[in-house]
Amino acid sequence: MSNASSGRKPPRVGDQPLFRRLLIGIVLVVGALLILAPLIVIGVEAFSEGWRVYASTLADPDTRHAIFLTVVTALIAVPINTVFGIAAAWAITKFDFPGRRFLLVVIEIPFSISPIVAGVAYLFVYGLQGFFGPLLEAYDIKILFALPGIILASMFVTAPFVARELIPLMQAQGRDLEEAATSLGASGWRTFFSVTLPNIKWALLYGVVLCNARVMGEFGAVSVVSGNIRGQTNTLPLHIELLYHDYQAAGAFASASILAVIAVFTIIAKVALERQGAGRVRRPALSTPAVPAVEPKP
Amino acid sequence: MRRNVLPGLSLSLGVTLFYVGLIVVLPLAALIFKAASLGPVDYWSIISSSRAVASYRVTVLSALGATAFNLVFGLALAWVLTRYRFPGWRLIDAMVDLPFALPTAVAGISLTALFANNGWFGSVLSELGIKVAYTPLGIMVAMCFTSLPFIVRTVQPVLEDLDPALEEAAQSLGGSDWTIFRKVIFPLLTPALLAGLSLSFARSLGEFGAIIFIAGNQPMSTEITALLVFIRLEEYDYQAAAAIASVLLITAFVMLAVTNLLQARALRYTARS
Repeated sequence: MSNASSGRKPPRVGDQPLFRRLLIGIVLVVGALLILAPLIVIGVEAFSEGWRVYASTLADPDTRHAIFLTVVTALIAVPINTVFGIAAAWAITKFDFPGRRFLLVVIEIPFSISPIVAGVAYLFVYGLQGFFGPLLEAYDIKILFALPGIILASMFVTAPFVARELIPLMQAQGRDLEEAATSLGASGWRTFFSVTLPNIKWALLYGVVLCNARVMGEFGAVSVVSGNIRGQTNTLPLHIELLYHDYQAAGAFASASILAVIAVFTIIAKVALERQGAGRVRRPALSTPAVPAVEPKP
Repeated sequence: MRRNVLPGLSLSLGVTLFYVGLIVVLPLAALIFKAASLGPVDYWSIISSSRAVASYRVTVLSALGATAFNLVFGLALAWVLTRYRFPGWRLIDAMVDLPFALPTAVAGISLTALFANNGWFGSVLSELGIKVAYTPLGIMVAMCFTSLPFIVRTVQPVLEDLDPALEEAAQSLGGSDWTIFRKVIFPLLTPALLAGLSLSFARSLGEFGAIIFIAGNQPMSTEITALLVFIRLEEYDYQAAAAIASVLLITAFVMLAVTNLLQARALRYTARS
């Protein structure tokens, strides 16, 4: 790209070969130390005591249960989150109602909040000291220190993931196609599945992939609400902490390697989906209201 | 009345409000309610205890340090990724998101392994007399890692959309590269940089998983605020946990307002240029 400009035009700012090479060099070295090295060290440490220890950690019933629990949590939390994200995007982009911008801000709140605060907040709803604690105790319903609590906390931290991808895109696409479909007699569901969904499928998948990665890796919020019961309420990230503090470093890194592989696949999926156009219509980062400041007049 | 043509308002809005209410608003309201039920005197004595104040200090100072590092390195990274094409740039571009994709606990143990005294980096650094793991420096390293993508990803699109004509005009007026960067390019990046900074800082203030492994967690010196909340919970001191968590919550709301303001400004700025 920069070759084209090196012909007749003067080079762009920062294109002098020496500066260019120096900056690329510095960025590559620091990037390798800060981003690549942590990834590599996981693999090295995981196999530091050989294949046997690696395999036996993964075969351990507690590790297997942690993997199972993480997968179950994702299988429940991600689809519910996806339905919510679609509903939120449909309501916010296809209709005008007062408070849309406020609703957007509220949906994105979990991004700004420490996962520990999220976990503590759930204690004060479902814990014994909380709103529903005594009621739940009376009916012997366990939410905290059990699977429902883990799922709820995961849903809190990932609440904005799908909605955030869909809202700017559906905002940009407008309402004309859906209005045409319904005026030709299509039902709401038919309009959604045959008109809207094909247009948003990549962005939707993009949001789902990122949401899934976060659910599987969530640590802080889940560690408050799960109670860390070994072999019962330990998700994979919590299991890593347990092994690590148990001086089973190789085991901890072996478990971590599973999550690292998932992270790498998440990034590959992300890049592939970005090539399909997902993640492009996006506000600069997280929380600028996607609704234009001046509402279009009907 | 075009707006009444499309169906599904009550269903989609109903689902949205129910979900947001149950998952997001109710827990936060419960936390605020719990903290507020303490009474001003108790509340103040908890949040101004010396151990709590020490935790704010180390959290805020480390977050400032990490954000400053990310400002420089994030800007350099965004610049290299948009301006230069070299073998492997796509790989680097993809890798920038690794800190978001890698679970924080995994990042925590691998950074600790790298920076511990017998680790790849720690062994070299300890020869130089620098200790990272189990010191405030370690907290900073963890925060740098987890919040790096924010600045890169907010600055990158602005840098991509920068009009080359502006630079050419400045060059034809005889400006040196450094002058043009300082007087033309940097001011155009400032709104995006500020937005990225506030996101990065806010994330660092709330980070937990990556830090607790590398921090050492000594009260008064390497104990971050989020960890203090966790410790109070383990001691069954729910009132103290609620009070200190509410400090983090209020800080998060303030940072959210600041970020929104800065991003709205950044958007207006780019729309004008």
